Order: sequence, then C-alpha cells, then structure tokens
Amino acid sequence: MAAQIYYEDVEAGSELPSLEKNPTTRQLVQYAGASGDFYQIHYDKDFAMANSLPGVILHGALKNAFLGQLVTDFAGELGWLRKLAVQYRGMDQPGSKITGRGKVTKKYVDGKDHVVECEIWLENAKGEKTTPGTATVVLPSRAAR
Amino acid sequence: MANKIVTDEVKKLIGAETEPRTFDIERGQIRRFAEAIGDPNPLFNDEQAARATHFGGMIAPPTFMRSLGIEFMDVKVSANRALDGGSEWEYFVPIRPGDRITVVSKVADIRESEGRLGPMAFIVAETRYTNQYGELCVIQRTTTIRY
Repeated sequence: MAAQIYYEDVEAGSELPSLEKNPTTRQLVQYAGASGDFYQIHYDKDFAMANSLPGVILHGALKNAFLGQLVTDFAGELGWLRKLAVQYRGMDQPGSKITGRGKVTKKYVDGKDHVVECEIWLENAKGEKTTPGTATVVLPSRAAR
Repeated sequence: MANKIVTDEVKKLIGAETEPRTFDIERGQIRRFAEAIGDPNPLFNDEQAARATHFGGMIAPPTFMRSLGIEFMDVKVSANRALDGGSEWEYFVPIRPGDRITVVSKVADIRESEGRLGPMAFIVAETRYTNQYGELCVIQRTTTIRY
C-alpha cells in the first residue's frame, strides 16, 4: 500500500493518483461469474454484434468497481469512502487501456470528520471520459492524531 | 404532455419494496470479487494483513454488494431495452466476512423523459443493506433506463 494520505496533504485541485486498468475478455468472464451478471453482451461477441454493439463491452458495474478502487486506494486504510456516484456515458471495450483519474473539488470539516470531495472519472485510450462520477472521502487528520 | 410509458398506473409502484432477503457473507466470496475486479488491496484479499489495520480484518470492497444477486422491484413499462444508467452508494459501516446482511430494495423514483430514441423511463431502485446488529451498512441507488 502507498503511504497514508492526510487531510492536510490535499487542497482543491489536488490530483488523485491515477489507476491504470487493462480489462480483457477473460476479466469480463471472471466479473460475470463473481457478480452473477451474465448478460451476453459482456462475453458473447456474436450476441453483442447482433445487438448493434461493436463487440463485447465492459459491465457498467465493473467500471464502477474500477472507480471504487481509485478512491479506496486514495483514502488508504485510515480513510473511509463515504459516497461514490458514477454515471455510464460511453461504452468501453476490452483490449484497450482505461485510466481512472480524479481531483479534489473541495475539503471541509464536518463535526469530527475531515471530508474531501472529489470529481472522478474513467477515460479511454483516446482520453474520452466514458464514466464520470463523484466521491466523498473522510481522511485522517494530522491535527486530530 | 402526458407520459407515454410512465403512466399513472406505473407511478403507483413508487415506494413499493421487495421482501427482505438475508445473505451470509463469506471471506472467499469477497476475495473472489476483489480478484475479478483486479483490486489487490490487502483489506479485500488478505485476512492476515487486514488484521493489522484498524478494521481488524478483511472488509468488502465498495461495489461488492453487486455479487449478492439482488433483484430490484420489477417495474413493467412498455419498453424492450434496458440500460444501466449509473449508481450512487453511501457507506456507513463496513461489510465483513461472517456478516448476515439483510437486503430490501424499493422503487425510489420513476420518471419519463423524451430521448433521441423516443420516450425513456428512468427507474431508481434504492437498496438498503443492514447487518445482523441492525446497523445500516450501505445504501445503493441505481438508475435503470428503459426505452
């Protein structure tokens, strides 16, 4: 695990460490099994193409999981993910790099919690944001230790 | 203008809830989910390493609840296609191996808007995950688009 980040380490505009994912058709099958989502557009190319898709596409929920990983990596083991929201705007296909990114939009103290709000997204190899979202993370504070 | 697919009859489903279902959470199930999403975080994979943290043991990753096979309330609208529009999650208490999680899903909202492909129904399912101590762990709001 990377070194723990603290509330005092970030400001509005700070970037989250990026997360590179390289999903494969094998991963889509693995995710279908683990999640129980067996809709064929995620692993049967003929079925996907018969449904006007360019080929098999990633489960939206798998992309949601990638963004979950982005923010739990950022929060570290002393942080707590309070809210995570994602919207599926564009399709992603396996065999191509996907990068999770984010930046802090604001920080504030809420009672005893040190809260950081972030804009997060996945972008495809062309740099297009296919999956935007937001996250609210409670970080540890050096002052409160 | 009157709605085409989200009729007054369909809207009566807002607030309807599924019967509660209870799931036993197993450590191997959490680890398999973490492996499937490719997340090596020790909190989700390694009981020994996770014991050394303030959580005191493994916890479930943020979207693990997807693996429980929850069925949202069935909302019948005259549309053939469905799309997952996105989700919002709120987290209160970690879900851990050995937990018994009770799940209730309700229809939080149904609305219609006109898209390029005709009328689209936006159906929001709000699903609550509560542990064996009666603590609310997670709220999930997932939007399904029917068109």
